[in-house]
Amino acid sequence: MPKDQGIGASSKRREDVRFLTGKGQYTDDINRPGQTYAYFLRSNVAHGKINGIDTSAAASAPGVVGIFTAKDLEAAGGVPCGWQVTDKHGEPMKEPKHPILAEGKVCHVGDPIAAVIAESLNQARDAAELIDLDIEELPPVIDMRAAISGGPTVHDEAPDNICFDWDFIADNKEAVDQAIAGAHHVTTLTLTNNRLVANAVEPRCAIGEYDAARDEHTLYTTSQNPHVIRLLMGAFVLSIPEHKLRVVAPDVGGGFGSKIYHYAEEAFVTWAAKAVGRPIKWTADRSESFMSDAQGRDHQTKVELALDENGKFLALRCETLANMGAYLSTFAPCVPTYLHGTLLSGNYTTPVIHTNVKAVFTNTVPVDAYRGAGRPEATFQLERTIDKAAREMGIDPVELRKRNFIAPDAFPYQTPVAVQYDTGNYGATMDKAVAMADLDSYAARKTASEAKGKRRGLGIASYIEACGIAPSSLVGALGARAGLYEAATVRVNPTGNVAVMTGSHSHGQGHETTFAQVVAEMLGCDEANVDIVHGDTAKIPFGMGTYGSRSIAVGGSAIVRSVEKIIEKGKKIAAHLMEAAEADVTFADGQFSVAGTDKSVDWGTVALTAYVPHNFPHETLEPGLEETSFYDPANFTYPAGAYICEVEVDADTGKVDIASFVAADDFGNVINPMIVEGQVHGGLTQGLGQALLENCVYDENGQLVSASLMDYAMPRADDMPSFGVDHSCQTPCTHNPLGVKGCGEAGAIGSPPALVNAVVDALSDLGVTHIDMPVSPGRVWAAIQAAQN
Amino acid sequence: MPSISMTVNGKSVSGEVEGRTLLVQFLREDLGLTGTHVGCDTSQCGACVVHVNGESVKACTMLAASADGAEVATIEGMANADGSLGVIQQAFQDHHGLQCGFCTPGMVMSAADLLQKNKNPSEGEIREWLEGNICRCTGYHNIVKAIQAAAAAGA
Repeated sequence: MPKDQGIGASSKRREDVRFLTGKGQYTDDINRPGQTYAYFLRSNVAHGKINGIDTSAAASAPGVVGIFTAKDLEAAGGVPCGWQVTDKHGEPMKEPKHPILAEGKVCHVGDPIAAVIAESLNQARDAAELIDLDIEELPPVIDMRAAISGGPTVHDEAPDNICFDWDFIADNKEAVDQAIAGAHHVTTLTLTNNRLVANAVEPRCAIGEYDAARDEHTLYTTSQNPHVIRLLMGAFVLSIPEHKLRVVAPDVGGGFGSKIYHYAEEAFVTWAAKAVGRPIKWTADRSESFMSDAQGRDHQTKVELALDENGKFLALRCETLANMGAYLSTFAPCVPTYLHGTLLSGNYTTPVIHTNVKAVFTNTVPVDAYRGAGRPEATFQLERTIDKAAREMGIDPVELRKRNFIAPDAFPYQTPVAVQYDTGNYGATMDKAVAMADLDSYAARKTASEAKGKRRGLGIASYIEACGIAPSSLVGALGARAGLYEAATVRVNPTGNVAVMTGSHSHGQGHETTFAQVVAEMLGCDEANVDIVHGDTAKIPFGMGTYGSRSIAVGGSAIVRSVEKIIEKGKKIAAHLMEAAEADVTFADGQFSVAGTDKSVDWGTVALTAYVPHNFPHETLEPGLEETSFYDPANFTYPAGAYICEVEVDADTGKVDIASFVAADDFGNVINPMIVEGQVHGGLTQGLGQALLENCVYDENGQLVSASLMDYAMPRADDMPSFGVDHSCQTPCTHNPLGVKGCGEAGAIGSPPALVNAVVDALSDLGVTHIDMPVSPGRVWAAIQAAQN
Repeated sequence: MPSISMTVNGKSVSGEVEGRTLLVQFLREDLGLTGTHVGCDTSQCGACVVHVNGESVKACTMLAASADGAEVATIEGMANADGSLGVIQQAFQDHHGLQCGFCTPGMVMSAADLLQKNKNPSEGEIREWLEGNICRCTGYHNIVKAIQAAAAAGA
């Protein structure tokens, strides 16, 4: 019988009650006394020189409290970047200033130029229409290949528009070149990883407030990591010390990466609330989100895979152009480098690998991590190329992968791209997926599709990802300007209930439930006695936040360490109460006992004694029962799995329907199966959305053509199938206390190649070898026509 | 400014609004009913779905003045009289039909309208009905299961 509490139970989510009754508190639901509203006047051209901004008419419009431009913010710093990549010549990346409001020039459509503060949002918006802008348009830099081929530049600091030119691993280059030159077979594929917009359904929102009597600032913001925002904004932009700056990220309506970064609007409302002496709220409308939220992916890559006559991989060479957009967002430089190059070994024994990545500035919205971040790009390159190789060499795609999988007894496995996988069993997840997909009866399904006039295709993909981000020493050596540990305080109150203050931030992942399950399991108490507190720098000791599937692996481990300390102190108190030696006290099922005797005291007595220490050995034991831990992981975690997709393609219209999709994942140990499966469903849909529907499009002038949900195709309920998911193949992580790997990004990483492989399979007998994402009807139809002609 | 009055979740309310005030703004800003959300401004995402005279409506696409005299129901009125979750709400919790919760009020209101019109919808009918409600978290899988369960429970 399944457990109904603790680790492994599908506990229902406690946070659901407030969300289901309309009582969630998202940032825009918060209103502060005397609140005003901000509206940002944004550039409507991609690239231009600002010759003049006349705000005089707007300043006298009804309800206007203040109007600000860059000249008002001269004392403020630019929005900082949190990661420095060193290029192949040993030089640091080019890092142009990213001002809060545009200074002298605008660099993308949506770049904020002026901010109007008014009594109401309508008044702010009306007044902004009275601002007279004199902008001299400059030639825009949009296409990445054109950008690096001479011509106009986005920033003077980068005359060739290259932010960095990065080789990884430089020492492998010669061996890779030799292996490819002498190989039995080389499969080459040129592909695009399409640009995406995260589109969390909650738009970004920020409320700035200043308490002059205490000289204290508060920022309420839609963030995945409030402490990171406090650090970046306080230390680098506004020069506000931590003890005078509180950042609150309350309920947050989805993030997917886009709410990791520090944004100009956050700094502006924090600064301006002091300038105008009143709270200021800004909430993005959806088109503003399209023009100002960091976007995702946008890589162009050439892949070459060398194989021997048996299909063994000999070498891999990849060359990528990665779009940075107009400015460097918080973590942008690490996405195409250390979250991408390090994953190019995939699940395979490829002995030598080399990649070159050129990061390119363009007059487009900044690009940063989006669910998966670099790992989907690596996986798509590998899994599409392996599929093409299988077809070229006449080897079954499952068989080709199996011939190259790292064997289950080969762990820990050092890849040629710097990371060491701790554990895994890739054949097990592949066998599971094949069984779930019922491939034995595939031929019958294909015949049935053909009877309907449809072409059926089968797509296979494996994936691996590096999660649980990340060991501070490692990321520091690679250019991170922060450590990536996590913090947790566990406070046992006098009557025995428990408050956990975690630096992880839940914006849909269900931490309030899963973290309580972990603590309840360890303490032998009811989950309802454990409260999880997150999202407020005034309540939490510190935190690096939630991204990179790190919450349970790093944040959960910090909680475990603190609970372990609580139990150790509890044993001291119990030993004192029972007049026993501390070494003889054991703890199980909420009871402290003396081994070999019938003596025991319960949890509640120990907790109360900690706070009512009338007869305490004060020289050796402090009152209270509260412990804090900072957990820094020893390695990444490496979730992996195998996905199988079947599609039906209408060759007359190019429309692709997903007929079935199965996912077999190895996440190591699982805390709450229900929540893990929900994470996989969501990740799969985001990956399938990328593969089938989504595309962020700029025209040649840099206008963002897909700037609303009427233009950008989001996956909807009738685009998606019900999924078959499994997480029973478990090789627990060897280096964290829970044996967990993380599950948030897997679906988005493994599903795009599975779908595209299926579509190409359906059309391969017509001569189609590749279609770039999204495989929309127009592209599929055009690929069919091109192949036939 | 025009004066309007309507019934919201069974209570009579009134207010003065600018002509351009949307129903969702009136609910959120004038009445403090912040359970109804704004996700897209273009009538695509469905986070703002409420019921007006028994029909599901996107409250970002309707002027508050147009709802003058109407019966409006929002997510805040969907729980049972004793405060416990209603059948659809309970099914969403039981089947993990929500993650971040932002689209959830619109999903529940939309599902309630579907189940008024179709007591036993198929998976395909549910997916087609939800075409106007975007969820970025769940992949819809568990939302569909929740609505099927609510239908089976007689919602």
